[in-house]
Amino acid sequence: MAKAKVSFDDIDLTVNVPVGTRVIEVSEKVGSGIIYGCRECDCGTCIMEVVEGWNNLSEPSVLEDKVLRENLAGRHQRLACQAQIIGDVTVKPV
Amino acid sequence: MQYKGNSIVKEGKAVQLDDGVYWVGALDPDLRSFDIILNTANGTSYNSYLIEGSEGYALIDTVKAEFADDFFARLESVTDYSKIKAIVLNHLEPDHTGALPELLKRAPQARVYISQRAQSMLKALLKDSSENLEFQVVNTGEQISLGDCTLTFLSTPFLHWPDTQCTYLEEREILFSGDVFGCHFCDGRLFNDKVGDFRFSFDYYYAHIMRPFKKWVLEALDLIDPLDLRIIAPTHGPILRDRPRRYVNHYRELASNSLSGELGTNEKSMIVFYMSSYGNTARMAEAISVGAGSISGVRVSMFDLQGGETEPFVDLIEEADALILGSPTINGDAVKPIWDLLSSLIVVDLKGKVGAAFGSFGWSGEAVRMIEDRLRGLKLRVPQQGLRVKLIPNDEELEDCYNFGKDIASILIGKKKECKVLEFGEL
Repeated sequence: MAKAKVSFDDIDLTVNVPVGTRVIEVSEKVGSGIIYGCRECDCGTCIMEVVEGWNNLSEPSVLEDKVLRENLAGRHQRLACQAQIIGDVTVKPV
Repeated sequence: MQYKGNSIVKEGKAVQLDDGVYWVGALDPDLRSFDIILNTANGTSYNSYLIEGSEGYALIDTVKAEFADDFFARLESVTDYSKIKAIVLNHLEPDHTGALPELLKRAPQARVYISQRAQSMLKALLKDSSENLEFQVVNTGEQISLGDCTLTFLSTPFLHWPDTQCTYLEEREILFSGDVFGCHFCDGRLFNDKVGDFRFSFDYYYAHIMRPFKKWVLEALDLIDPLDLRIIAPTHGPILRDRPRRYVNHYRELASNSLSGELGTNEKSMIVFYMSSYGNTARMAEAISVGAGSISGVRVSMFDLQGGETEPFVDLIEEADALILGSPTINGDAVKPIWDLLSSLIVVDLKGKVGAAFGSFGWSGEAVRMIEDRLRGLKLRVPQQGLRVKLIPNDEELEDCYNFGKDIASILIGKKKECKVLEFGEL
């Protein structure tokens, strides 16, 4: 199975994950400060900053795009409950 | 009750609060509990305001659904629906949008103005009837003209919902502040220089509604401070026309850290709370505290929950950077005082604080994991896996406790640990 690295900038920790893993599946287990609300692409609580590897996350869905817009997300911000890791990427809490 | 005595609120009549500005809200004197979490000893009010411009009327917020008839009657005493040009929704909670669906039927030509974050909530409120709704999203500084007067919007999110905003009527120097500066206090005399003593209600409302969002309160105050203010018109409680600036200043005091100055610059505060049935979790707490205290820049406080009241502890936690909880496991659960403390924290902002759990146990030791889950649920980050010791900690285990405290303290001051690489399967 193809692997990728997800690094959490706030806790200096990298995890090797199978490609397709969502950030939410990793971040809480390792204690990153990314926080979650509804966990289903509605509330916008889990907006995170993508520090490196912006193109190594799955494309946002139409729904994620809408939630990001309504919550005034900045450039290079994504929902941690939705974004899937498809290549090496570094993220951190906003 | 509200129509008796010296009340200026009369059935079916609006109350003029300034030139071309009317209160068209409703009084709810019999309410004793608001949203389950707040006691309301003399009820509350749902304030809605109507502004008359030379080119049409604007309505600011509506009322709770049960009071729609009061609201419509007051509205009709000033104007008819066809003249309403704008409906501004400063906050979409049902106590202010209950009459909205019916209002939109009666005034279909009116345009609805909401904040950026309010869009999905508006659609959820109106369900199927939202399809053809004309609404406009507004941000700080955007304006709409009513001819001879202008409404300016201020984006003030998270006070106390993501959608909240304030609206300023420049020509009259009136701020329609939504729930900010509001309180649950029902008095038909309406104005702050006429009503009974509402100081307790004002502070109580802040403490339960606004306090978790103090960071956002301060941001909003920065937008509000430069405005000329003759009247503040909130959605609940008295209209503040007598020296309104006092309330702005009071909000700033309430939103500032009460303990600031106690800690040194760059110093972090860690609080260790524990309960112990045989003294074992207490021994762990001591070793953890000593370990954490060995890292310079971290000030550690330790409390036995058995000897304290929850409320002052909540104040301490609000100001702390790290919260470490120790509980034995009894019948497969953490003990009640721990849950009592954790269930009392909704009034403070915990986002991003560091959390951790520990405890001694006899058989299965579930408490530590359960506390960790709750800490994550409260949006703390839990960077260090909790520490569990079976029965009486020996020297080696106390050394583990010491290092546990030390590690959390290091994380707290941002001392970089060696960058680790883990495998997903190991998590």
